[in-house]
Amino acid sequence: MRKLSAFNIASILPGVAFLYAPIAFLVVHSFNASGLVATWGGWSLRWYGELAGDGPLLEAAFVSLRLAFVVATAATILGALAAIALVRFGRFRGRLVFTTMIYSPLVMPEVIAGLAMVLLFVAVAIDRGFWTVAIAHTTMAMCLVAVIVQAHLFDFDKGLEEAAMDLGASPPHTFLTITLPLILPAIAAGWLLAFALSLDDLAIASFTTGPGATTLWIRIYSEVRRGVKPEMDAICSIMVGVVGIIVIAASLLVKFNRGKEAPARR
Amino acid sequence: MNAQPKRSFSEKLVRGVPYAWLLVFFLVPFLIVLKISLSQSVSATPPYAPLTELWACWHGFTTFLSGLSLDSYRLIAIDPLYLLAFVKSIEVAAFSTLLMLILSYPIAYGITRTPRRLQMLLIILVMLPFWTALLVRTYAWMNILQHDGPLNRLLMALHVVNEPPTWLGTDTAIYIGIVYAYLPLMVLPLYVALKTLDEALLDAAADLGCPRWKVFWQVTLPLSAPGVVVGTLLCFIPAVGEFVIPDLLGGSQAPMVGQTIWAEFFGHKDWPTAAAVAVALLCLLVTPIAIFQSHAAQTAKRN
Repeated sequence: MRKLSAFNIASILPGVAFLYAPIAFLVVHSFNASGLVATWGGWSLRWYGELAGDGPLLEAAFVSLRLAFVVATAATILGALAAIALVRFGRFRGRLVFTTMIYSPLVMPEVIAGLAMVLLFVAVAIDRGFWTVAIAHTTMAMCLVAVIVQAHLFDFDKGLEEAAMDLGASPPHTFLTITLPLILPAIAAGWLLAFALSLDDLAIASFTTGPGATTLWIRIYSEVRRGVKPEMDAICSIMVGVVGIIVIAASLLVKFNRGKEAPARR
Repeated sequence: MNAQPKRSFSEKLVRGVPYAWLLVFFLVPFLIVLKISLSQSVSATPPYAPLTELWACWHGFTTFLSGLSLDSYRLIAIDPLYLLAFVKSIEVAAFSTLLMLILSYPIAYGITRTPRRLQMLLIILVMLPFWTALLVRTYAWMNILQHDGPLNRLLMALHVVNEPPTWLGTDTAIYIGIVYAYLPLMVLPLYVALKTLDEALLDAAADLGCPRWKVFWQVTLPLSAPGVVVGTLLCFIPAVGEFVIPDLLGGSQAPMVGQTIWAEFFGHKDWPTAAAVAVALLCLLVTPIAIFQSHAAQTAKRN
């Protein structure tokens, strides 16, 4: 059993402090009554109050939430299917192209991905708006879900599925009664992370959006380009909280479940 | 292993639906980018001259070929603005990746030396900021790096500087922003590589009288190379095309390539040039992506 040593703390703490200090500063500053970085005017909810009166911003937030919900759901279905195809079907024609398409969006610069998708939508003359952003986000998010579910599928005992099929269960039946319940935590985590991915994105949404589909970050971006603004600190702090809760929930789902299954693998 | 099962209809569906989706919405768009990069810029909507469709028989094919134009590529080859953007992007991405590597190694190494339960929590703790919107993380630095912001006040209080330096609009601010944004993506693969390292090897080296620093230098570091490769690619590739960070923290004098694509598309409405810059950038990134792909395939095989 390892103990926490001074060496551990010295190597980890500065890094973690570096990662959290800017966000912590932003959150604390959002409660600063003066609104100026240089002067502390006492704690206040003033900037949060001003958000409530900002109609276009609230509307944009609603668009983003609706979008994230649609994207997470579509991406989870597509991503889970892709993961099953990759892990369970062994070799098939076009597998290399398939895996390349799954991994590439994870590292592709967002500007290129956004440009490519908007050019597709223009080429086939689809009106850009909510649904074009949803398609673009789904494409990126499904790859993330596929990678998460894939890791989970590797982990669990394939013998369970084979046993069910040997006993006469059809593949769809086996999937619904054996596979799905076992990978459900990974699917739930994938849904949450796809939700977070869509909720966080600015670049791809900027390219693929159209009239009436201004997302929260597009709106905030047009504001902060002109400089810092205390209301923006407030909305950013709210989003830090929302995404933080989502991601912690997703991490716990994956980690706890892995811990439970580990002995069954041997 | 069982005999190869028969491909059933449901199996085809499971494979076919995501495959078709990615073909249509991921692969085809890149072919369209290539096509538009070869068309001429016109002021119209959409702002590129239509190319005759390929499938309109042989005559159509020859018209298609003669309609192709290398104007956009000629422009980005001649105008030094584009070359400078590429050079700057690679320089910024390479140097920040190196900085991240130096900063993350102690974090990743330190985490593997803690009790198992704590490791899980620490990794979640490191990854959490990564999931916060990039705009929030960049905006936080806009606050901190202001002229009368907390960083300058701290430096003044510690008497490091006598005059508050200007941060916003400088390349230093871009470096800070990129290192901050991608650091968790470097820690994670390093941690995975260091965690799976066989501890028996370290013990053996120590038992044979190898001093601790030498064990680290000759055993730990070489064995963590796969993590270094994955981390470098995960950070370097998106950093080259980064748009939000240089746009908000950097100056306007020397844009990065992501900013160039953005400006051509939204500002100048010169889509063929935007597409040509994107194609050039992709060609540049294809080598590291191919390395990443073969590495991912190897990892999958090992599992």
